[in-house]
Amino acid sequence: MTAAGRIVLVIASLLLSLTYFFPLWQISLEAPQYPEGLGLEIWINQMQGQNPGDLQKINNLNHYIGMKTIRPESIRELIVMPWVMRAIMLFGLIAAALGRRRMLLAWLVLFALVAASGLVDFYLWGYDYGHNLDMENAIIKVPGMTYQPPLIGSKQLLNFTAHSWPGIAGWVAVGSYLVTLGVYIVERRRERVA
Amino acid sequence: MTGGCGNGSKDGVAGTGDAASKVYVAPGTHDEFYAFMSGGFSGQVGVYGLPSGRLLRHVPVFSQNAENGYGYSEETKNLFMTSFGFVPWDDAHHPQLSQTDGVPDGRWLFINGNNTPRVARLDLATFETAEIIELPHSGGNHASPFLTPNTEYVLAGTRFSVPIPQQDVPINTYKDNFKGTLSFIKIDSTSGAMSLAFQILVPGFNYDLSHSGKGPSHGWAFFSTYNTEQASTLLEVNASRNDKDYMAAVNWKLAERYVAEGKAKDIPASYRHNYLDDARIAQSEIVKSVKILDPRECPGMIYYIPTPKSPHGADVDPTGEYIVGGGKLATVIPVHSFSKMLKAIENKEFDGEVDGIPILKYESVLAGEVQNPGLGPLHTEFDGKGYAYTSMFISSEIVKWKLGTWEVVDRAPAYYSIGHLMIPGGDSRSPFGKYVIALNKITKDRYLPTGPELTHSAQLYDITGDKMKLLLDFPTIGEPHYAQALPASLVKDRSVKYFPIAENTHPHAIKAENEARVERDGRLVRVYMSTIRTHFAPDNIEGIRVGDSVLFHVTNLEQDWDVPHGFAVMGANNAELLVMPGETRTLAWKPQAAGVIPFYCTDFCSALHQEMQGYIRVSR
Ligand SMILES: [Cu+2]
Repeated sequence: MTAAGRIVLVIASLLLSLTYFFPLWQISLEAPQYPEGLGLEIWINQMQGQNPGDLQKINNLNHYIGMKTIRPESIRELIVMPWVMRAIMLFGLIAAALGRRRMLLAWLVLFALVAASGLVDFYLWGYDYGHNLDMENAIIKVPGMTYQPPLIGSKQLLNFTAHSWPGIAGWVAVGSYLVTLGVYIVERRRERVA
Repeated sequence: MTGGCGNGSKDGVAGTGDAASKVYVAPGTHDEFYAFMSGGFSGQVGVYGLPSGRLLRHVPVFSQNAENGYGYSEETKNLFMTSFGFVPWDDAHHPQLSQTDGVPDGRWLFINGNNTPRVARLDLATFETAEIIELPHSGGNHASPFLTPNTEYVLAGTRFSVPIPQQDVPINTYKDNFKGTLSFIKIDSTSGAMSLAFQILVPGFNYDLSHSGKGPSHGWAFFSTYNTEQASTLLEVNASRNDKDYMAAVNWKLAERYVAEGKAKDIPASYRHNYLDDARIAQSEIVKSVKILDPRECPGMIYYIPTPKSPHGADVDPTGEYIVGGGKLATVIPVHSFSKMLKAIENKEFDGEVDGIPILKYESVLAGEVQNPGLGPLHTEFDGKGYAYTSMFISSEIVKWKLGTWEVVDRAPAYYSIGHLMIPGGDSRSPFGKYVIALNKITKDRYLPTGPELTHSAQLYDITGDKMKLLLDFPTIGEPHYAQALPASLVKDRSVKYFPIAENTHPHAIKAENEARVERDGRLVRVYMSTIRTHFAPDNIEGIRVGDSVLFHVTNLEQDWDVPHGFAVMGANNAELLVMPGETRTLAWKPQAAGVIPFYCTDFCSALHQEMQGYIRVSR
């Protein structure tokens, strides 16, 4: 690897530390009664409302349809994800230090696998919350209705429009990945030419 | 002849076809100003948006309000404690916005209780009454609560003079035995907390209105007086004999210094100081003495300026140089000059004295008189562009005149019998201008009739041009005696949306539904109840007996803007409660007979609001 490629990899790895300071993902809910906005932020190590009190409001609304209460402290992913992220960062730094192109490839594959499993996990989590309803105690029952939030994009859920998009940290991770992918492609071309 | 305009033909809107668009605030958009209007005999404050005139809120202050349990709930009852006991009503006249550097800052609103002398402080973060202090040695708190330019003090002059200390004396010994007081309430600059710093003992006149000096006159305050004749009967005639009454000019900076030097005597008193503590529960304390300054021992502290015919307004212009009197029966508007006053004091241009207070010569202090202003000038505010606007009670109009030349430049009729008027920031160092509002006493044919008792009204005029233009009139709560207004931006961003439940320090709050319970202590039963859309916990209460005292401590667990819950018990002898999100309020209840008593939520909180109910079983 070239010196420039190694520096970019170091930067890309360190950029991932921003995932500690910004949300990875956000689900915002829109309804006429919530002009001030309402939503959830998923961070690497926590889940919280977009505004103070939002989580409680969402749980309060969810109880009408028999949805489970969202308890961030019971979500295991929030404990695992910080370790996974640290591992990826460390791997990136080691790859840069050793300067081996194959390690760069390994880093890209690992990152892609983690991202994919994260999305699958998020989908399953949403599926569980949206489908496993306590129909016994649900106050509002709409035949055939489920309340799974969209994986990505927007969706109408009763009176709410739910939007699901990466948060700042999510976009940083995407950017970090794309830059590193670029480095890999450039490095490979350079070696072939040589 | 009327061209089908009906009663509208005399509303002055003709020719101002754009009036509607000037007061139109589109759905979902905000007014530019908050206006705070006193409710007069309703004892409350009405909050209106300007220019739309929409009533935004009705803030209970001196009168119990069954709508939300204010003054009935255990947390608010103490706000009504006075040395006369529990006084659940009053007559609220003069709202005053706290100021920094002579301009409204949007933190607090003060208002007087005229009847049982009191001053209340509203917190504009919550639009709630946070504190009420009683004034001893006062007999009607009318010249109140006027502020110094940095809210250092709230000033309050007594309307009625009374024996001080109170005693059983013949009323016709008024001249010998009756005295007035000017009270100086110190305001804590961070918390807003009030404390009575000192009072000045003054001759037994009636003190009517006041305003503080600003700029060059900062450190002085001016109080209008009437009944300098010191009559005690048939005042209509006997208090109107003198051609001139006085404006009292008080050097409050000097008074402050005299107090610091120990010139004030500690005089026994007994008055209440009521305030919300950190848990938002009203505490009531008795204070036992007050410092009193006697002008005879404090040279230079007060002067009297002769002012024609029972002045009402004592209004200081934005530059701080002019002090405008509003003689209710005068045929001119006298304007005093602060710099001339200082010179007259220096040259000892006196015309005798009253109880050690020198009377300055009228001509020595006078800056000018507005000739033929109309009948019954009461109160003047300023637009900051060199013009003054005076309300004329008898001729029912607003008169605009120019400071310095004293010439009348415009008049506009008011419907009808205008008392005070108000320009946003119009009594401050830099008025926000734009509008003048007439605060009218009677409405006769202005609205659909509603029996002998009609609403009072406020009228909004555009003052951006040379001529005043009537834009709107709207009904008001109680009597809109006086008002204050300020740009909405100074208040709205600080407005509290809900109380964080984690910060609720009420001793009987519960933080989660699983803490809901019933606890008995002898004959006292405490119900720790929670509310959330759309149920109470507990919703079935058993084990209550006739003869018990029950306290429902209701905590609203919501953490969402504008989701109060109500709590009402069948046959409750006090009121319902409205409990704001994150707040705890307590309703006291005494079951009277065995049976099952329903309770329910009174504030439509969600689709299942009607299901938000429960029962209390009362056993023998
Ligand atoms: Cu309710």
